[in-house]
Amino acid sequence: MASDTYPSVVHPAVPSGPVVSPYAPRPFVVRSRTQETPDTVTLRMEPRIPGDRLPFQGGQFNMVYVFGVGESAISISGDPARPGELVHTVRAVGKVTNALAALAPGAVVGIRGPYGRGWPLDSARGRDVLVVAGGLGLPPLRPTLYEIFRRRAEFGRVEIIYGARTPKDLVFAEEVRDWLQRREMRIQTTVDAAGRDWYGDVGVVTTRLPDARFDAARTTAFICGPEIMMKLTAQALVQRGVASDAIWLSMERNMKCAFAFCGHCQFGPAFVCRDGPVLSYKTLAPLLAIKEV
Amino acid sequence: MKESSGEPIVDRVLRHPFFAGIDPTLIHAMVSKAEERTYEVGDMLVREGKPAEEFFLIEDGKVALEVGAADRSVITVETIGRGEILGWSWLVPPYRWRFDARAIKPTQAIALNAAAARYALAAHPAFGYQFLTKFLPVLAERLENTRVQLLDIHG
Repeated sequence: MASDTYPSVVHPAVPSGPVVSPYAPRPFVVRSRTQETPDTVTLRMEPRIPGDRLPFQGGQFNMVYVFGVGESAISISGDPARPGELVHTVRAVGKVTNALAALAPGAVVGIRGPYGRGWPLDSARGRDVLVVAGGLGLPPLRPTLYEIFRRRAEFGRVEIIYGARTPKDLVFAEEVRDWLQRREMRIQTTVDAAGRDWYGDVGVVTTRLPDARFDAARTTAFICGPEIMMKLTAQALVQRGVASDAIWLSMERNMKCAFAFCGHCQFGPAFVCRDGPVLSYKTLAPLLAIKEV
Repeated sequence: MKESSGEPIVDRVLRHPFFAGIDPTLIHAMVSKAEERTYEVGDMLVREGKPAEEFFLIEDGKVALEVGAADRSVITVETIGRGEILGWSWLVPPYRWRFDARAIKPTQAIALNAAAARYALAAHPAFGYQFLTKFLPVLAERLENTRVQLLDIHG
């Protein structure tokens, strides 16, 4: 089982070469822009400096800088097997993300990262894997889903539950339709409300758990979405017998420096940017029980 | 909608997850007028405002609970599938459906007669208590799910 105990403070050695500011971004060029939902876009980027690859682990994030506007922490939603390509899925909700979502191919952004700890996929080897995503929780999970598909034989059953407000709010709709056809896993999609053109489930993601096939005693769960959704899903899984240290949640906090210096993302004893964003429910449960932490 | 045939209906009722743990002899009192039903996609199981003369044990398929108003299109607020029970309006006066229910997948169900069920519950209080202790958690779970939906947890 992977552990998410906090590392002790390590003071970095004084660099011997030229000093590069940890705040210095690397330039990436937007190559394509896909409108996922009315307020969400996926940007595919490539490094402006040839060969400037960006290896990452599913669940990690970058600080994405729109020049002259500001910087925002965005999870990586692309394929870890393609480190020469960077993919971010962005919902336009604030100044920076509105500017990001409006970028056209050819635009240049600054990238710092990748940062944080991602999904501990190796801890799920030989076990059933349950992936639960709510709303924009799917993009941070997609890199790990690609990894699971590639390493499918290493895992038991693979179950995915994906919920959104309405059918129009489902991101990666075409890809999800493709996943529905695949036999090596099961996927359930559900929405809060729908019209008559929707033939899937209606209800919150937790209502789909009874239909998910997994052996609770040997299941690792990866959950991403709004905090209340993750909390309720984790509680339901514990009730069903999944161990709290086998349930992993991706926390969202106000990340600024992204290397555990500024303290903006502190969540109890954890710095979400360094110790997370993916943390075990065993660690998080006491903190999630406190209101307005 | 069309009738289907197969194993005795009482056996299917006994096997349905909702009735697990309830005394079989008591279930017989309730299923005397039960019917098996199959529905194609788009078939209506119940219509809002109509008398709730039966309720349904869903054996397979999926049913959408819909609400609509003149000034907006029909909205599905919940789906109910295999192993679940559909309908509580038959138990609460004035015994009229509060929503529409439409099959969104080919659906197989057992329709239980509401009047026979109410009579069985009243005539056999022990059964009535057993039944309601099974039924109340279903209602409580749906109420809780509705509250969670209001939290916009997929936002």
